[in-house]
Amino acid sequence: MIKEELKHYLETNFPTAKVEETFDFPLLFLTKEELIPVLTKLKDAPETRFNFLFCETAIDRNPAFEMVYHLTSTYYRHDMMVKVILEDREKPEIESVYSLWEAADLYEDEIYDMFGIRFTNHPNLRRIMLTEDWVGYPLRKDYQDDRMISL
Amino acid sequence: MDVKKDYIPEFPGDLYNDETGRTNFIVTSIDAIANWGRSNSLWPLSFGTSCCAIELMSTVSAKYDWSRFGFEVMRASPRQSDVIIVAGTITHKMAPVLKRLYDQMPDPKYVIAMGACAVSGGPFYYNSYAVVRGVDNIIPVDVYIPGCPPRPESLIHGMMTLQEKIRKSKAYVIQKPKKNKEEDK
Repeated sequence: MIKEELKHYLETNFPTAKVEETFDFPLLFLTKEELIPVLTKLKDAPETRFNFLFCETAIDRNPAFEMVYHLTSTYYRHDMMVKVILEDREKPEIESVYSLWEAADLYEDEIYDMFGIRFTNHPNLRRIMLTEDWVGYPLRKDYQDDRMISL
Repeated sequence: MDVKKDYIPEFPGDLYNDETGRTNFIVTSIDAIANWGRSNSLWPLSFGTSCCAIELMSTVSAKYDWSRFGFEVMRASPRQSDVIIVAGTITHKMAPVLKRLYDQMPDPKYVIAMGACAVSGGPFYYNSYAVVRGVDNIIPVDVYIPGCPPRPESLIHGMMTLQEKIRKSKAYVIQKPKKNKEEDK
């Protein structure tokens, strides 16, 4: 499907979710609860078949976090983006998509490492970049480090 | 017996020959001859963590060929090496690994900090939560080579500076065990 068709497909099939258009991908906003059912549907539906998670990351929109999922289909060569907003800053938590795409394993490790977002049902959630005893999450906007010089 | 003084370039001492032309005895000092041997067969540990390692490889390979100056082969094991060239950024996660490698090297051991990252934390990553600001926070450094990355010529110059330093040092210094045992834990 081309971008406009895919956007139309999303609007008709997920009427409760907000669909936006960015300059390259259609963008679907979901809530925490409907993330896994919708992604499962997008992965398995014969029209979309998003079988590859090619990027997963997070954005700190202080105070909320945004989870970003980039999906692509190696059958149809179409891409889309899914965003989930996490309001809870103290204990941000979301369901892992490892059960759908195994590529999420290391992506979610990194997001946990840098933003402190916890993923439920993740097989091995750990710090992969920093040491195990690191305090804080460096990519958060309010991360404080006394060694760093503010310019 | 007729004894004749012989001459070998750069040999630190006097060689004496008998009438057959063979070297019969050498007059030198332990420091001079041990340092001469050490400085001319430095075996570096291959420890490259970022782009400086590319220049390091170039220095090892045929175009610059640091074997001409007596640095010989790169070793993959710290137990077989004399000098560690820290070529690249050291992060806080890498620091314990570097310290362990340094501790595993047999004495006498030398350290070269190659490039701006190893000297001071680097021009790009200095103000970062993850980067050690200079490898001398972890292990004692003998020679600092500035540059980002240094050219092979400047690496060879740094290595030759290390050779000079070795030749001027005391070869056998008995190190007393440290009283402060908390550091060993």
